[in-house]
Amino acid sequence: MNSNFLFMGYTRSDVINLVVVLAVALILIPLTIESDYWYASILIPWLCLALAAVGQQIVMGYAGQLALGAAGFMAAGAFACFNLILRVPYMPFPVALMLSGLIAAAFGVLFGLPSLRVRGIYLMVATLASQFFIVWMIDKFGWFKNYDTSGIITAQDIVIFGKPFTTPLEMYLVVVVVVAVLTILAINMTRGSTGRSWMAVRDMDIAAESMGISLLRTKLQAFAISAFFCGVAGALFAFTYLKSLEPVAFDIKLSFKILFMVILGGLGTISGAFIGAAFILLFPVVLNSLGNNVFHGAIDATIISAAEQVVFGALIIVFMIYEPLGMTKLWENVKQRFRFKREPKATLPKPQVT
Amino acid sequence: MVEARRFPIGEPILEVKNISLRFGGVRAITDTSFNVFRHEIRAIIGPNGAGKSSLLNCINGIYKPQEGTIALNGEVLDKISPNIVARKGLSRTFQNLALFKRMSVLDNILVGRKLHMSANFLEVAFRLPKAVHEERENRAKCEEIVEFLEISHIRDTPVGRLPYGLQKKVELGRALATEADILLLDEPMAGMNVEEKRDMCRFILKVNDAFGTTMVLIEHDMGVVMDISDNVVVLDYGKVIGDGPPDEVRADQAVIDAYLGVAHD
Amino acid sequence: MTDFLFFIEVVVAGLLAGTMYSLVALGFVLIYKASSTFNFAQGAMVFFAVLAFVGFMELGLPFVVAFFVTIVLMGLVGFFTERLVLKPLMNQSEDTLLMATIGLGFVLEGLAQAAWGVEVRRLDLGIGDFPIPWIIDSTGLFISALDLTAGLVAAVLIIGLALLFKYTKMGLGLRAVADDPGAASSIGIPLGNIMLLVWTAAGIVALVAGMMWGARAGVQFALVDLALKALPVLIIGGFSSIPGAIVGGLIIGASEKVLEVYVGPYFGGAIEGWAPYVLAIFFLLWRPEGLFGEKIIRRV
Repeated sequence: MNSNFLFMGYTRSDVINLVVVLAVALILIPLTIESDYWYASILIPWLCLALAAVGQQIVMGYAGQLALGAAGFMAAGAFACFNLILRVPYMPFPVALMLSGLIAAAFGVLFGLPSLRVRGIYLMVATLASQFFIVWMIDKFGWFKNYDTSGIITAQDIVIFGKPFTTPLEMYLVVVVVVAVLTILAINMTRGSTGRSWMAVRDMDIAAESMGISLLRTKLQAFAISAFFCGVAGALFAFTYLKSLEPVAFDIKLSFKILFMVILGGLGTISGAFIGAAFILLFPVVLNSLGNNVFHGAIDATIISAAEQVVFGALIIVFMIYEPLGMTKLWENVKQRFRFKREPKATLPKPQVT
Repeated sequence: MVEARRFPIGEPILEVKNISLRFGGVRAITDTSFNVFRHEIRAIIGPNGAGKSSLLNCINGIYKPQEGTIALNGEVLDKISPNIVARKGLSRTFQNLALFKRMSVLDNILVGRKLHMSANFLEVAFRLPKAVHEERENRAKCEEIVEFLEISHIRDTPVGRLPYGLQKKVELGRALATEADILLLDEPMAGMNVEEKRDMCRFILKVNDAFGTTMVLIEHDMGVVMDISDNVVVLDYGKVIGDGPPDEVRADQAVIDAYLGVAHD
Repeated sequence: MTDFLFFIEVVVAGLLAGTMYSLVALGFVLIYKASSTFNFAQGAMVFFAVLAFVGFMELGLPFVVAFFVTIVLMGLVGFFTERLVLKPLMNQSEDTLLMATIGLGFVLEGLAQAAWGVEVRRLDLGIGDFPIPWIIDSTGLFISALDLTAGLVAAVLIIGLALLFKYTKMGLGLRAVADDPGAASSIGIPLGNIMLLVWTAAGIVALVAGMMWGARAGVQFALVDLALKALPVLIIGGFSSIPGAIVGGLIIGASEKVLEVYVGPYFGGAIEGWAPYVLAIFFLLWRPEGLFGEKIIRRV
């Protein structure tokens, strides 16, 4: 087994996957896709929300803490980034982005504290407090919005090393790099001892504690890292997608959306965050274009958005019943079946019978 | 036990003194004291509801007894929680299995290595040499344990899918991985067939012999216990009614009345 | 003295508004007691029920008929929920069930909007949202007739349900099911019927709560967010206690009004949005099982 590790504990297939994904994201897509619509309305929001979903995945899918407040941490990150660039002279964008994540992480620790005493729906309610509190705070104190009378402020242009990144393609590249780096870090953590501690706490906290894992440290760490990811995602989302910033963009609905991404994508997998985000984001687009092109606008927009809600809700139920591990697991099952057909000699592990 | 042991039984490693535990008005354990000696295999027996598991949970810091003290390696533990006790060199298994169900066998055992791995999350995230190095070393250790327990064929299976007997083995493996000085095994052979029980006994003796690990095990099956343990504590209604070598305990009238007598009715 | 009167007024208004939270919380408690399920969809049920009710009224049904048709509809919702969601998820973890009910909430919200649209409806119950003259005359307090009605209705519903739980055969069966569904069904208690009944009862409670709220703020989607506040109410009162839901609702109602009036101005107002949740956190740290909940001892 160990002979397969190329370097730093990565296997051959890890490296191949990474190279392929990066080649597609950084070379193939920029070369083939010209439409700004794709970058500005599909790829950028997908990657930003997927990054937030990775954050949600860490706290919920890995550490097993039912938190519902990702959008609050995103708001903290977005407005922190705006203020850092506004108020600190010569603040480079990458540094501001990092600091925004750290500020969100501080909120994560604060609102993760109840997780030390409660779980399940109790924790969910406690984390809702962070959602409502953070958005309220930004809304109520003019300082956060630079005392703008309209309440809506415009995010600054992204400038890195003197070069502005303002076209959709340029911003897409910024987003890809940030999301790729953070995703690799997340994968490293989930595969290493950090992630094992999270999962141990998720699966059986008392046993985890008996193995010397401190619940306090592990849970707060998961909350902090999760909020860091959400904070960075929020800042990216604001600076590359929303452009005009207002607290209501980060309301509870967005938190639910991110929760759904993680549940539908598959709890406890990083790829699930990306699959789930793609689904939640693309499904309404598909539904809309169906409404416009197939039914030629005969269907009311209200009906379409209602249908979207019904489908999301129903899918959650269906997945909970039939495949709690989400779309990632479905995809794996399909792959396994395919592989099995192609190589009939491959030995599947025998089902164990008691 | 004719041949000389590599690790002869030594001084007390675990001292339980006057422990009393109540749940509301229910007395689970009453004024219980006994010592466990270094390198020995110690059994705790007693009828259902005698307070055996509660006692283990007190030692391990999951339950907080209202009275009494517990000393480990001569040091009285005053702030006692499972994670502190683990750091002092005590590990355990659970009566009703407490494995990490969605994690693979190897990952479960790797969690047992937690206290031997010190890389922080940043070192892990960036795969700094320290993290990579310790991951590789500890993985190798766990592979050894997996082989030792003869469960290599299921090393990558999520434990939730394994049959009961194998899960019990994995749990033992996880406890072994901690390399604790003292292991508490809560009914390690419950629900096993004769063959599996024999296997488990073999592993327990093997571990004790190879590493000198002190073992405290709760068991229902009297026969098994008498064969492998150096000393036996008998609990009944939360009280110690016998403490000594198996033969002595077997001959004790109080024990016969409370336990054996009932069993042979 | 006027300051004190004003304080009393704030508290009373808060308490009466709190009964509306109590009503939503009551729906949660009913379902939790019967099936150990945290029904996150209760807020959506409030919205669904009152929107349906208003919709039936718009179709020309008289008030009373619309009311009963809505109750039947809520019974159907309960029936399908039991068959399609709860039954397949029996014996799953609490978290799984909770997530499924979040999904259920979205389905109900979507269905309601698809059927009846999204515009804000007015609901006129014939009770004005203005102070009652004789109370002003006799005590000097300004108390809204609507608030007072809501309080009375809530009280009647709650007493009725409490009696139902305590003294009827059905209530006994219900408690048996809550304790151990397997054992209950093995001695011949019809599980399905009980669930149907409980969900219908929760539907009725939702409808009444929705009507009270709708009369004040219009029947609109924002009701769902208001209903979310039943969650801190439950944490304070305990998930399994009917008196807990009442007291929790009153505490949240009164304290949020008092905080808003006396503390809010220092922070730019509108702290009602999060104050209940923060209050709930403090309760969680102090008494995780809630004021009236049973203490949970985790066995290993």
